[in-house]
Amino acid sequence: MSIFINQDTRLLVQGITGNEGGFHTRQCQEYGTKVVAGVTPGKGGLKIDNVPVFNTVSEAVATTGVNCSLIFVPPPFAADAILEAIAGDIQLIVAVTEGIPVMDMLQVKNLLVTSKSRLIGPNCPGLISPGQCKVGIMPGSIHLPGSIGVISRSGTLTYEVVDQLTKEGLGQSTCLGIGGDPVVGTSFIDCLSAFENDSGTSGIVMVGEIGGTAEEEAARFIRDKMSKPVVGFIAGLTAPPGRRMGHAGAIISGGRGTATEKINIMRECGIQVCEDLVNFGKFCRSVFRC
Amino acid sequence: MKIHEFQAKELFRRYNIGVPEGRVIENTAQVRKVLTDLGSPPLVVKAQIHAGGRGKGGGVKVCATPAEAEKAARQILGMTLVTRQTGPQGQLVRRVLIEQGLDISRELYLALLVDRDNSGIMIMAGTAGGVNIEKTAARTPEKIIRIKINPLEGIQPFHCRQAAFALNLSGPVFKQFTVALSRLYRLFVECDCSLLEINPLVVTNDEQLFALDAKLDIDSNSLFRHADLAAFYDKCEVDPLEAKATEYKLNYINLGGSIGNMVNGAGLAMATMDLIKQAGAEPANFLDVGGGAGAEMVEKGFQLILADKNVKGILINIFGGILRCDVLAEGVAQATRKSGVRVPVVVRMAGTNAEQGRRILADSGLNLITATDLGDAARKIASI
Repeated sequence: MSIFINQDTRLLVQGITGNEGGFHTRQCQEYGTKVVAGVTPGKGGLKIDNVPVFNTVSEAVATTGVNCSLIFVPPPFAADAILEAIAGDIQLIVAVTEGIPVMDMLQVKNLLVTSKSRLIGPNCPGLISPGQCKVGIMPGSIHLPGSIGVISRSGTLTYEVVDQLTKEGLGQSTCLGIGGDPVVGTSFIDCLSAFENDSGTSGIVMVGEIGGTAEEEAARFIRDKMSKPVVGFIAGLTAPPGRRMGHAGAIISGGRGTATEKINIMRECGIQVCEDLVNFGKFCRSVFRC
Repeated sequence: MKIHEFQAKELFRRYNIGVPEGRVIENTAQVRKVLTDLGSPPLVVKAQIHAGGRGKGGGVKVCATPAEAEKAARQILGMTLVTRQTGPQGQLVRRVLIEQGLDISRELYLALLVDRDNSGIMIMAGTAGGVNIEKTAARTPEKIIRIKINPLEGIQPFHCRQAAFALNLSGPVFKQFTVALSRLYRLFVECDCSLLEINPLVVTNDEQLFALDAKLDIDSNSLFRHADLAAFYDKCEVDPLEAKATEYKLNYINLGGSIGNMVNGAGLAMATMDLIKQAGAEPANFLDVGGGAGAEMVEKGFQLILADKNVKGILINIFGGILRCDVLAEGVAQATRKSGVRVPVVVRMAGTNAEQGRRILADSGLNLITATDLGDAARKIASI
């Protein structure tokens, strides 16, 4: 079992004719994902690796019955691409694009509330349900089907964590990156709640980082609403205040959002926090196997 | 992106927000001309640097005569100003803003910011503006009111009235304030600001409203649609290596330690810094070469780290995804051949094509230390 995507996912790629879009479309196909349509305005009628390209999302939806969209559109046009997917009532929208202006995302986020769509990202690696479906840019080979759910704000740090889980024999139900931007479509809490309700998930790994209060809110949710064990990790113990650490969301401001504060609150809420990334996999085995 | 006070005030003028009459000078020869333009004292001389706390650091002087203002301008221009935000090394003052002084009856606080928790825009306002706002915010947060605005609805007259009543405004100033606030909101949205802070916003004895100070941060991701705002970028206010990194489109932050590091992905980069610290060393920098970096980007990143004189060792930690390890290895080998490396380099690679990457480094004949996993990398860094 898994959350959000599975073998029934029918994928649309927005920006399929670009370099990144094209490359990752092939990678997703090789993993077994059913890529059924692409959209690039003005390139309708083309075929890329046997995938029909449409000018608009509504045409793609009407013709191919897609239920998920993966977006590789550059920042100036990305919010518009997300809005087009929302207008097409696509259930799950995954935006990989990094560098979308916050003001654009404020509009998108508030429009999502009244829509039928869920957005993951932007500025995220996407998600994968190992052995079933990959909608994103992560290397498929490091994953192993299993029952651990992984949620993270990061890309490569997630790969590191997943790699260690796989080496310890801990397979994953679904791994997803919610994105490193200050405003993202899906929160830790949304994912935690989905994992709690997923019969195929027995434990959860939550990888956070400095900035904002998403981890703190997630910790309180875990304390109050969850029965499954959760292991946490927070990156950025050594980050200086006031500086943006790569991710637009990763900034400690006014003494809020420090790694130490997050770790303390997570521990108070009963989450097993591992501070040693080197032995993260072993730590997880000791928590999940006991 | 941070901008200077005088630049922020230029934007305020465009939106018809009241600001004091003022001139910016870059050298002392311009002082006299500016003083004649401005007319009768009092005059205020203000250092233009990005860091806050200028007043307490001696970078702001209120002057009773033009002679005094000239002296203050000569003194501040070219000084290295140390404030609680500049760090002990301080910041060279390259520009000074000279403004007409005002007869102030009240000092207020007003800010607009992106409210990430509620995905909206928040207005913060308080009656106790001035240099002690941080203390007020920490000790008596109830004195600062917060108004949340849904960006789809935008600012409404009732939001503005709510703020004006909270600030105990009345009469002509009430009206002036509500108009100014809705203009500021428009500026905030149209210029893609992440923070707009006026401290203090003042009411003069003759019931006029002025933004005495202005702090504005602009979302760097939006600069593609704001050529005019992009021109406000002042690389002198940024660490020279960081300015170089911006040119290369790399995410680099100098942290002052001795172990340089290069990582792909911001989260893993932060975790790697933490790892260096846990191994008993201090990270020299944060450097994320990004997911899609090519050999050239890697080479530039490597040069950036080597340009930092404090660096005694380097850890390269790459988890190959989109960025393949063989590409990374090629970049590192090229950079090492070109510029030579004076310090030990530990390379840890995992993920896509890690085996090929290791072979490239081994065959390069260069003195690079390969690490098998994170634990091994940490041990090897600790031994440097």
